Amino acid sequence: MTLPGWMPTVVEAIYFIAAVLFIWGLKRMSSPRTARTGIVWAGAGMAAAIIVTFFLPGMHNLPWMIGAIVVGVVLSWIVGRRVPMTAMPQMVALFNGMGGGAAAAIGAVELIKFNAALGLVPNTSPIQPEAWAGVAGHLGTTELVLAFVGVLIGAVSFTGSLIAFSKLQGWMDRRFVFPLQRWVNLAIFVVAVACGAIALAAGIEGHAFAWGLLVGFIVLSLVFGIAMTLPIGGADMPVVISMYNAFTGLAVAFEGFVLQNEAMIIAGMVVGAAGTLLTQLMAKAMNRSLGNVLFGNFGAGGGAAQQEIAGALKPIDANDAAVMMAYAERVAIVPGYGMAVAQAQHKIWEFAKLLIDRGVKVKFAIHPVAGRMPGHMNVLLAEAGVPYDLIEDMDDINPEFPNIDVALVIGANDVVNPVARTDRNSPIYGMPILDVAKAKNVIVIKRGRGKGFAGIENALFYADNTRMLYGDGQAAASELVAGLKTLDV
Amino acid sequence: MITGFLALYIFMLAAFTGYEIISRVPVILHTPLMSGSNFVHGIVLVGAMVALGHADTPVEIAIGVVAVLLAAGNVAGGYVVTERMLEMFKTSKPASPQSAEKKP
Repeated sequence: MTLPGWMPTVVEAIYFIAAVLFIWGLKRMSSPRTARTGIVWAGAGMAAAIIVTFFLPGMHNLPWMIGAIVVGVVLSWIVGRRVPMTAMPQMVALFNGMGGGAAAAIGAVELIKFNAALGLVPNTSPIQPEAWAGVAGHLGTTELVLAFVGVLIGAVSFTGSLIAFSKLQGWMDRRFVFPLQRWVNLAIFVVAVACGAIALAAGIEGHAFAWGLLVGFIVLSLVFGIAMTLPIGGADMPVVISMYNAFTGLAVAFEGFVLQNEAMIIAGMVVGAAGTLLTQLMAKAMNRSLGNVLFGNFGAGGGAAQQEIAGALKPIDANDAAVMMAYAERVAIVPGYGMAVAQAQHKIWEFAKLLIDRGVKVKFAIHPVAGRMPGHMNVLLAEAGVPYDLIEDMDDINPEFPNIDVALVIGANDVVNPVARTDRNSPIYGMPILDVAKAKNVIVIKRGRGKGFAGIENALFYADNTRMLYGDGQAAASELVAGLKTLDV
Repeated sequence: MITGFLALYIFMLAAFTGYEIISRVPVILHTPLMSGSNFVHGIVLVGAMVALGHADTPVEIAIGVVAVLLAAGNVAGGYVVTERMLEMFKTSKPASPQSAEKKP
């Protein structure tokens, strides 16, 4: 296919517009009012950039390309449409991992071309650019370094995100820990970097490197992504996913530099920076430092025994609970991920509306990491139709708990555990919590007697003013609704 | 051709832009925004297409096809997931009762 000579300029111009649209779109996505149009703008930029790429000079393998795009788009589109909102965090992990894998694969192709071409170039040391005349695959020193770094980061993001996905999806044990794990991981990393560095040094000198080095580098990078993610507990996964999101952004930016593609450089770098900040914000909301998340092995090997919790679990039945709330003045509903899993948010909102009709002041109290990610619970409540003004952040509602007559905890556990304030030996000590224990009465809807995500006993459940309402979240909420309705007869 | 310091300037400015965009975001938008940025790095598809478009040997083509496949998944999945999440932010008024019936 011969293309007019001005085509590359048009492509460059479209890339530039796409980069502007990405930034504009992200900007709009950062405010609830304009968020929806943000993704549409960014999507338009993306579509334009993809289409013009077909018109770059010298593109071949087009049937393969179109086939792979169609298959990839259709599969992800269907999966993305079908999954329930509760599964969104692992979907982000999955799609992010795919991006990281793609960036690593791009780097691999470029390095293979470079290494193969080295054999065709007169061996001068250091290599002279003019020696490359007519030989495809030339990479300068900076490009070469960034290609290697991009492969490493992209590969780690790829396998790491897949592990994060499997953990959140429940396909994999929460944590996988063995002795000396940190040292094993470090060894994998060092050997991977060594393979890469030796190959890189040879490449800069203008000598072809052994293929084994490149293969070893890529394989060990992939293994390191797995090894690094395995010991991290499910509760910390959001932070990890966000970090891998930033990783993929960086990998894309670096490989964009290798390909001299400005749109990739800018979009990748913006995501890299935004993702880094987002990761910090999330870690802060959970009162964990990033280092602690990555290397802390939550609870593992923590020698000190946790305090014994005295008291007994006191059950309550749904009718009594409904009556208690119907005659309360102020009720706070504290939803957690368990509510979302049980798909109980619609029923809970129905219950809340009935209470509001009776003149009860109802608020929803949201912990920053309720659900699986900051803001995840807000999305789920919004889906059920709960208006914004009834939803309170932790900092706003915490001082009010002593004035609240009934706090209804549904599917939340660790984020209401007073142990985080009182027990220094607890793994969650220091994590900000909702002060539910200070409410006059607490009702906890819980499926069974199991522990929370972090695997810690919850002192709240044993408190004198706490009653346990056992049952599946949705069923319990329906019973509460039924209980309220019988009052009106 | 972008070289050395010019690239560094681009990296630096883009990084500040990303940082600034996120720094004033309310917590409720963290998840959608992470998903949105996940979509934006789907631009890697363009790079994957270039890599595949210039691949010659079977090995290069195979890796290139994997790259395009993964990147296409990133783009499409990232868009759908973000769009679905942001759909919830249509209005700040109480939703109509029938939306409560709609199962995801």
